[in-house]
Amino acid sequence: MEKELKVAALKNGTVIDHIPSEILFKVISILKLENVPNQVTFGYNLESQKLGRKAIIKVADRYFEQEEVNKIALLAPNAKINIIKDYVLVEKKTLVLPDEIIDTVKCMNPKCITNNEPMQTKFKTENKESGLFKCHYCERIINSEELVLK
Amino acid sequence: MTNKSLVSITDYSKEKILSILDKAAAFEANPNQKILDGKVIATLFFEPSTRTRLSFETAVNRLGGRVIGFSDAATSSSSKGETLKDTIIMVSNYADLIVMRHPIEGAARYASEVSRVPIINARDGANQHPTQTMLDLYSIKKTQGTLENLSITMVGDLKYGRTVHSLLMAMSHFNPTFNFIAPNELKMPDEYKMFCKSKGIKFTELNELNEEAISDTDILYMTRVQKERFTDLFEYEKVKNVYTLKNKLLENTKENLRILHPLPRVTEIDADVDDNPKAYYFTQAKNGVFARQAVICDLLGLV
Repeated sequence: MEKELKVAALKNGTVIDHIPSEILFKVISILKLENVPNQVTFGYNLESQKLGRKAIIKVADRYFEQEEVNKIALLAPNAKINIIKDYVLVEKKTLVLPDEIIDTVKCMNPKCITNNEPMQTKFKTENKESGLFKCHYCERIINSEELVLK
Repeated sequence: MTNKSLVSITDYSKEKILSILDKAAAFEANPNQKILDGKVIATLFFEPSTRTRLSFETAVNRLGGRVIGFSDAATSSSSKGETLKDTIIMVSNYADLIVMRHPIEGAARYASEVSRVPIINARDGANQHPTQTMLDLYSIKKTQGTLENLSITMVGDLKYGRTVHSLLMAMSHFNPTFNFIAPNELKMPDEYKMFCKSKGIKFTELNELNEEAISDTDILYMTRVQKERFTDLFEYEKVKNVYTLKNKLLENTKENLRILHPLPRVTEIDADVDDNPKAYYFTQAKNGVFARQAVICDLLGLV
């Protein structure tokens, strides 16, 4: 109970929990929360039995499409999405690594067209278990540790 | 925008490969036709290449088509800072098909997404060069009568050699046995060996090119070991002659063995091999014209 109260309770909206603290701001950026009119609260360096330190984000009056939140799976595959309606947790969503990652990740290859032309990047998930991604353009394969957000 | 394009050899299924090779054979039997009469083909070479450009332009000219384009990015508007997208959209207003070579990887895939007409990738940096693979396959099928169950030895730079990687992917449809011969610095990358394993394709790896290593080989695919690949030039000096093919090495090889090389060749095939009936690399280059005629006409829906 005490843990819940560290971040203000939410009447309606989405709680994204179990985010590793160090990537909180990347998650905010992926979901483009810098630009939303909604009330957003987040907790940082909260104690977590699983992660040691975790972060949590609460977005009021906003429900994300599965595709939108799946983008987080690139960085935080174990994050949990809780849907809150009238203070009650009505649904828990787990993340699924998307088959295609559009304009979220930068290609590591300096000779890739995406780094030389104003355009979107596109990666295809090559192997979900081992976290391998292939650039749709230069066809280089990178692993999840090499992912750099655009 | 989507249209039919050839960007990577993996764009082609096994059936498609075989169908294009049949068409290439028909063009070889009858290379001068008016099938491209009234068509304009653009060859956009953002990076110079005499060999490939001449091969494509010969393919078009022999079929009665017209060629527009440039052979050096300095003479194109990309030197003024125009985006690739704008250049491609402009040219696709003029031409029925675009052949392009570009130093940047993925350029052809992107062009195929913005172009109104089909794109043929004539190499994008170190990435793909699918018509080279098609002419390699055509040469293999023509000399062996089949693509199935062949023993293929690849020699030289197997790490950076794009042609051997694409050939490996394409041949994976036809139950090959591979034999990789390379210095440790230039070994076949793990991802391709993993790919072979996942497909149940047998392969062996050796460091030395000798008689025994090629005694069962049907196709001997030679590549150039480039000096600039070595950080330690002493290592280069040690290996450069180990991968040189000489006539003597070919004495006890199979009758049907043919030697392929994507060219340019430097020292890796001795000049004395050129007159050996097993040397096929110059005919292989000639086959490129027929393979390209087949790819162009297929993309335009003309054959």
